[in-house]
Amino acid sequence: MQSKLSNTAVSDALKAKFGAAILTSDTPYDFLTIEVEPSAMHAVISWLKKEESLDISFLTNIGGVHYPEQTDREFAIVYHLQSMSNNFRMRLKAYVSLENPEIDSIVDIYAGANWMERETFDFYGILFKGHPNLIRILNEDSMDYHPMRKEYHLEDATREDKDDRFFGR
Amino acid sequence: MNTLEKQKSKIEATVESSIETIDGDIATLNLGPTHPSTHGIFQNVLKVDGEKILSSVQTVGYIHRAFEKIAERRPYSQITPLTDRLNYCSSPINNLGWYMTVEKLIGAEMPKRVDYMRVIIMELARIADHLVCNSVIGVDAGALTGFTYLFQQREKIYELFEEVCGARLTTNLGRIGGFERDFSPEFHRKLKDFLKDFPKVFNEFDKLLSRNRIFMDRTIGAGAISAERALQYSFVGPNLRAAGVDYDVRVLNPYASYEDFDFIIPVGTQGDTYDRFQVRQEEIRQSLRIIEQAFNNLPEGDYKADIPEFFLPPKEEVYNNMEALIYHFKIVMGETPIPVGEVYHSVEGGNGELGYYLISDGGRSPYRLQFRRPCFIYYQAYPEMITGQSISDAVLTLSSMNVIAGELDA
Amino acid sequence: MGKIEDVEVINGEGFQLSNLEKVVASARANSMWPLPFATSCCGIEYMATMGSNYDLARFGMERMSFSPRQADLLIVAGTISKKLGPILKQVYEQMSEPKWVLAVGACASSGGIFDTYSVLQGIDRIIPVDVYVPGCPPRPEQIIDGIMKIHELVKHESLRRRDSEEYKAMLHSYNIEIDAK
Repeated sequence: MQSKLSNTAVSDALKAKFGAAILTSDTPYDFLTIEVEPSAMHAVISWLKKEESLDISFLTNIGGVHYPEQTDREFAIVYHLQSMSNNFRMRLKAYVSLENPEIDSIVDIYAGANWMERETFDFYGILFKGHPNLIRILNEDSMDYHPMRKEYHLEDATREDKDDRFFGR
Repeated sequence: MNTLEKQKSKIEATVESSIETIDGDIATLNLGPTHPSTHGIFQNVLKVDGEKILSSVQTVGYIHRAFEKIAERRPYSQITPLTDRLNYCSSPINNLGWYMTVEKLIGAEMPKRVDYMRVIIMELARIADHLVCNSVIGVDAGALTGFTYLFQQREKIYELFEEVCGARLTTNLGRIGGFERDFSPEFHRKLKDFLKDFPKVFNEFDKLLSRNRIFMDRTIGAGAISAERALQYSFVGPNLRAAGVDYDVRVLNPYASYEDFDFIIPVGTQGDTYDRFQVRQEEIRQSLRIIEQAFNNLPEGDYKADIPEFFLPPKEEVYNNMEALIYHFKIVMGETPIPVGEVYHSVEGGNGELGYYLISDGGRSPYRLQFRRPCFIYYQAYPEMITGQSISDAVLTLSSMNVIAGELDA
Repeated sequence: MGKIEDVEVINGEGFQLSNLEKVVASARANSMWPLPFATSCCGIEYMATMGSNYDLARFGMERMSFSPRQADLLIVAGTISKKLGPILKQVYEQMSEPKWVLAVGACASSGGIFDTYSVLQGIDRIIPVDVYVPGCPPRPEQIIDGIMKIHELVKHESLRRRDSEEYKAMLHSYNIEIDAK
């Protein structure tokens, strides 16, 4: 089914509304990707949901990405949103730094964001301000690092019976 | 005021009144982690007043296996076994969804025959998934008969998978760029038999439960959620459709030529356990329709796309042909160049929209691969759905949501 | 009295003689009460094993004992993460002697393909295991084969094995305290 919205229309509408908070706009593989100032993310998502002509009111996914070599932009927080009525999908990105990995929580806009944000916190240590219960979800509470960061190893460090030479470590 | 609202206000009233009347009689009950009805390992710490649930606190992550971290260390072809183990009731959908994601990234076009073969496999997997869920709802309601009866048919689906790829459950089915071989004559025969025998058995199962007074009393109104709340919680798949939203990735964003087939999206009205059961029952019938259409109109052509740099060449060629040997080496060692980019692809899995968010930096393994796991996202609505209900309803609600631990905990 | 398999009996006028140890062992083996600790993929194959095609009930295992107190055989089917490890150990400790453990699948046996920070690399790190079933997941036939192997162990176990010093030392090595009887 054809989408009722075009990438440029949504991108232009966002730029008209938020101006400088919209940093870049791109369409890799025909999928609208917009980088937003972290401080404006909450307002952008909230507006997209309320704006009736767009009706981008379904949160598909939240995830983090770690780019250790990008100074001050170490973490990307990626939101996938979609509009069921217009059959339109888009991606919003915000970059935060390693020293201050903070962004506003969107649990007050989408109840389903609760666990997605907790998972992102668990994996990357990104702090969602205003989240009602920001604790680890998948890993043990006693874990003292955020395992999806690139510097941490995948393997179980306590394992002795595997010879590293045969497992490509 | 429709029935749903009535029921909801009734629940709210009962919860409030019970909180007012109880004087220190609230008990704490651990439902799980190893409770037999949880079908997997989840913990729910319930506050109960007698049989009535006042609140629930969930703990998940008991089989967290770090799929996303492993995916950053494996070549693309070796990620398929991980997808098997997400929703292991319908592994082939996960496998094929992953291939389609990679094919989107590398820009490969599949022949029609591959699409139709994939549709047949994916719909068989959907039937297998829904059969587990619906027969287990029966088991939890006290009807073991349906389970033993349906599992015989489910074994036949496993036999079909075995005929295609050699494995039953964690199938690792197909390749990036098609299938490893065409459907065998034996597969054609077995599929024909299945299409002939299965509806009879399935209709008997349907008669056993669908209009069964006890089953209806147990499930109607149990664990209901409204469409608005379901959307708030990012519900997808049969659970969202049971609440009345006709969202199906197969229709809205067709992949693998789903647009060629004629089928309907069943929706419920109340979003309760009974509706979820019925939506899955109807989806099984629609899947059978799709399989019949795809099987009868299976196009001529190749069972694989022409992408030698990603699709393993046949062994005879590897031994006799220099080019094939080079491709073989590159694919096996994960040295094939992959374009830089990011894609999101989603398929309609057993539990709804299963998404793959893939970022490639051109390296041998993904820079980041995130699975959008429907179970994980909708299971968080569980406390809201069971508050005010009895414990036995909570058990049925859980099984009707089809929460799969492997998918939930990643 | 029905036939007791694998046990020699001497039949006489109104009496029957046999070896008590073997009779008890045979009785135990043919009516095991399994506790399925099914966590993931292997659990689905275990369900298939219980289903009508493979029918585990024909080996005297009709009753799944979801309470550890009345279970003889702990069937661990699926991945055990580090978060779940203590719970598994507690379930094992709650089972009464004699008890056996069957590790179904690669994850339970060794961690399988999940050599990751979150997965316990084999349940034998926290509890003793009697029989390992390989496979990812094993076919129902393999699970049944594993159960047959457990039956063999049970049939040939002496009545006093659980009181032996070796057994106590083995439990001690897993930090499992033996409750005073």
